[in-house]
Amino acid sequence: MHIHKLEKIWLTFGIAMLIVFLVVLGVATFSMGMAPPSHSHAIDPEQIENTPPFDEPGLKQVGENEYEAVMIAYTFGYKPNDLTVPVGATVHFKVTSPDVVHGFAIPNTNVNMMIVPGEVNHITYTFDEAGEYLVLCNEYCGGGHEFMRTVITVQ
Amino acid sequence: MEHPVDRRDSRLVLSHIIFAYIAMLLGGIAGLLQGLVRGGMIELPAGIGYYQLLTAHGVLMALVFTTFFIIGFLYSTAVKTLGGKLLPVARNLGWLGFIHMAFGTLLATVMILLNKATVLYTFYAPMQASPFFYVALVFIVVGSWMSGFGLFYQYKVWRREHKGKLSPLLAFMAIVTMLLWQIATIGVALEVLLQLIPWSFGWVETVNVMLSRTLFWYFGHPLVYFWLLPAYMCWYVMIPKIIGGKIFSDALARLSFILFLLFSIPVGFHHQLMEPGISPFWKYLQVVLTFMVVIPSLMTAFSLFATFEISGREKGGRGLFGWWKLLPWKDVRFFAPFVGMLVFIPAGAGGLINASNQMNAVVHNTLWVTGHFHLTVATSVALTFFGITYWLVPAMSGRTLTARMNKLGIIQTILWAIGMFFMSGSMHTVGLFGSPRRTAYTTYGDHPDAVLWMPYHVAMAIGGTILFIAVLLMIYNLFALMRTPQGYTEYPIAEVTEHAESTPPLLERWGVWISLVVVLILLAYTVPVMEMLQHDVPGSKGFVTW
Repeated sequence: MHIHKLEKIWLTFGIAMLIVFLVVLGVATFSMGMAPPSHSHAIDPEQIENTPPFDEPGLKQVGENEYEAVMIAYTFGYKPNDLTVPVGATVHFKVTSPDVVHGFAIPNTNVNMMIVPGEVNHITYTFDEAGEYLVLCNEYCGGGHEFMRTVITVQ
Repeated sequence: MEHPVDRRDSRLVLSHIIFAYIAMLLGGIAGLLQGLVRGGMIELPAGIGYYQLLTAHGVLMALVFTTFFIIGFLYSTAVKTLGGKLLPVARNLGWLGFIHMAFGTLLATVMILLNKATVLYTFYAPMQASPFFYVALVFIVVGSWMSGFGLFYQYKVWRREHKGKLSPLLAFMAIVTMLLWQIATIGVALEVLLQLIPWSFGWVETVNVMLSRTLFWYFGHPLVYFWLLPAYMCWYVMIPKIIGGKIFSDALARLSFILFLLFSIPVGFHHQLMEPGISPFWKYLQVVLTFMVVIPSLMTAFSLFATFEISGREKGGRGLFGWWKLLPWKDVRFFAPFVGMLVFIPAGAGGLINASNQMNAVVHNTLWVTGHFHLTVATSVALTFFGITYWLVPAMSGRTLTARMNKLGIIQTILWAIGMFFMSGSMHTVGLFGSPRRTAYTTYGDHPDAVLWMPYHVAMAIGGTILFIAVLLMIYNLFALMRTPQGYTEYPIAEVTEHAESTPPLLERWGVWISLVVVLILLAYTVPVMEMLQHDVPGSKGFVTW
């Protein structure tokens, strides 16, 4: 099929850019540890309260200024509410839902993941600056969705 | 003057168009109220919920307005290019489809108004709507299949009677669009029929949530191309005629439609990038497939601007951009779709960001995404559909597009563009700050971050109000177009330029392309879906949380 010379140049340039872009995404994903939150970690949504570690939700120190935050996202809140960590703390969040699908997002950070019943989602973030970080649900979960929030205090 | 179109055919087409616009009016009222609530300007009177309005807005705009308009428009292309009138079988299937879809729409709307289905238009399990809401969706989808079969039948008969001939470009594009729809809706049909209906009636206790989301998005992304392809039909075939030019290349136009068919389905995971239970490899694979649609998009952009430039130069345009001034800026049939095209440049760029795997974390489920699809479907596609309406309605009803209607159309387009600039612009900006989509008025306990979002939410409400005025004007225009003086209005179909080379018959070998679609879908979905089915998680019971 004949393609106009200018169109060939346009498409060649466009496709070359596309390949470079996809390679950058792929390298960042698979060799720089930037894959989106994708854990496959099954849990029975009706047995959360009896399944470790969700039988004891909360903050647990796992290293020097490193913590594991085990949280439950439910209609319409997070358990535990209001966590406090020191400045510079690295926090490994493990979150699941006993009911419907929720979101777990911290504005002005890259923390943004879906909480699906039956699965535990994981994400890690280092809080380098002090402040009160808002955690909010960004997936519609019912009539009180807009009230679903908590705060992480970094001091 | 002789009626240009068989009345029975024009009645079918116009019924779809009018139904679509009534849905848009109702959806627009819901949208206006949402904007005012979120901007903190009003509180809803007792009994009406924000999320109820949001569900109505999404279902009526994204599912009903688009589907009805598109099917009406596609039938008109069949009338015009495949034999001059509909065959009785095609016409009957068209009406059967219309009745099913209209009934489904009414049932769904009633369920939403009764607050039995406040689950938004994505109806994510395990939120559980009334089973009749899901039944309503079945009527809409099955109705659209019937309409699709009518189109396929008309096309098949035409090809049998014109053996060895290339089909008309417009008809080919209509068939690709409908084929895309039929293959895509298989996903949502499986979700609704095998999962949600048995579960909501209580015949089974639990639902596999990840599987239901995956089936939804198998449908949800090609859905946006189902909206876009009819706009592309207008851009490729109608706009060249309106500006007095010719189609740049028949073969490339067909090739780009085939590429959209191939690469718009096996890509649903880019809506699920932040979800657990799908491995990063399969997400990335579908991201790569998603980006393949960049190629036909680049081809389309090139063809369109080549057509503009060639036709401008033939009219005497000189210099690098002299042709630009010679485009028919005062003709709404050109102006409205052209504004849509321009908006598609930032809209497409935003889409690239959304689909960028890990970068999605910055924008996922924020108002950025809402801003994005208000540029794509609610501006590029909607303005093109409006532009089509200005000639389609008079052409179908044997009336003329008067200078006054043309002027009202230009005003409507400008109002829409201004309203959308404020609304979508604020949505994009505040989305980057983290303000979530699909959320009623809240300041999150006066958290400083959320308080800073409020001015943008107010700007959204102002933009939304301007858009609502534009909706009202469009509804007025639609009915005024049916009362203009009787006469002839052209149904614009451009010819292919004599410089273009002939089209390879391979592009119309459906067996080849459908097989390739199936291979790509199996490649992208088999392993991750098997993993979801074999997962040892018990499913979820239903929840009514509104």
